[in-house]
Amino acid sequence: MLRRTLGQLAALLIGSVMLSAPVVHAADEAPDALIKRLSADVLDKIKADKTVQAGDMTRVMALVDSQIMPNVNFVRMTAAAVGPSWRQATPDQKKRLQDEFKTLLIRTYSGALSQVSEQTIDVKPLREAAGATEVVVRTEVLGRGAPAQLDYRLEKVGTSWKIYDLNVVGVWLVAAYRTQFAQEINARGIDGLIVSLSERNKSNNASNAKKS
Amino acid sequence: MIALGLVLMFAQGCATGPNANSADPLEPLNRAVFNFNDGLDRTVLRPVATAYDQVTPSPIKTGVRNFFGNISDVWSVVNNLLQFKIQESLETFMRVSVNSTFGFGGLLDIGTEMRLPKNKQDFGQTLGVWGFNAGPYVVLPLFGPSSVRDTVGTVVDGRVDLVNNLNNVPTRNSLAVLRVVDRRAELLDATNFIDEAALDKYSFTRDLYLQRRASSIGKVTAVKEERFDLPAPPAK
Repeated sequence: MLRRTLGQLAALLIGSVMLSAPVVHAADEAPDALIKRLSADVLDKIKADKTVQAGDMTRVMALVDSQIMPNVNFVRMTAAAVGPSWRQATPDQKKRLQDEFKTLLIRTYSGALSQVSEQTIDVKPLREAAGATEVVVRTEVLGRGAPAQLDYRLEKVGTSWKIYDLNVVGVWLVAAYRTQFAQEINARGIDGLIVSLSERNKSNNASNAKKS
Repeated sequence: MIALGLVLMFAQGCATGPNANSADPLEPLNRAVFNFNDGLDRTVLRPVATAYDQVTPSPIKTGVRNFFGNISDVWSVVNNLLQFKIQESLETFMRVSVNSTFGFGGLLDIGTEMRLPKNKQDFGQTLGVWGFNAGPYVVLPLFGPSSVRDTVGTVVDGRVDLVNNLNNVPTRNSLAVLRVVDRRAELLDATNFIDEAALDKYSFTRDLYLQRRASSIGKVTAVKEERFDLPAPPAK
């Protein structure tokens, strides 16, 4: 009995290793292919989950952490928004900046989740040369009304591509936050920025709780 | 016309500067106007637009939006042409023709279903394509974010606007009010987003406006950014 169970377990393990093999191989995929796969996966997951569409933050966070974050260089993204002061920040400050920034972005963009059910993504052909290590992947969100521009900047890290900036209807996210962060840092330093970000997140939390 | 030329010359002169806020030398004045607009918006316009958005049945809202969209498409035909975007101009012309006739004066947007996309262009964008710099950022009372160039554009847009040129004053005013409410309702998602996303609403709104306008006239130049997540390069 025990032997049979162990045998099944071993078969299961081998099976799952073999299943995950194509995922490892997919690391060599082109950046536009990655965006296409990622958009389709995430859209499917959102469409299948009513709680995510309703903006349930724990579910949204879990989805972002499992699906999106492994394909994002969030250190680079946060550092670019923070600017030169990033180099002076302690490891603890860096971690808190990333955490608060991530929460802020997820919270503010999750407002769009309720509209996702009728949307599809059209990935445009890549314009960069074959050997490029930094590329822009252009996409359009098609739904009701006019198509919306949604672009990504990606860098090649080893054999895989990581997102480090995105452009929503003509605005690059990192550039939009650079002035916001610089103003706070100039007035109150890195810790001041962390405090403002966390206050912003708390008040967003409170206003969302009030709405639902 | 001379005044217009002077304003644009002024805009060219102010567009450069060493500090980070070179695009916004009028910041103290702009902030005051921004706060005035924001107060008016919070007490009057946003509540009215929210009520309109919640009370009005969806088909009517869509009809209203399509109707005013069709009117603005007429001016987009001209601006696309002025920017030498011939195909976009023709497409938009077809849109207006189809929507005005088969779409009952623009209430139905049949053009989009016929894959005639909306190519919205105003006169400020045309001036931009012609090579005029945006000039300093300006917050206009009631109208909101703009620039010196786009202020000139807005004045021209207003002059040729079909609603503004109606002879029947009650009809003209009712349509103008309905259009403002419809536009504000359309922007509810965007302003709710800014409320949640910004640390400083004034500068966030400004930066989004300037970036979007620059991108809409294809004037965004990619700059090689320093990687602050990597160690500093050795000083030379």
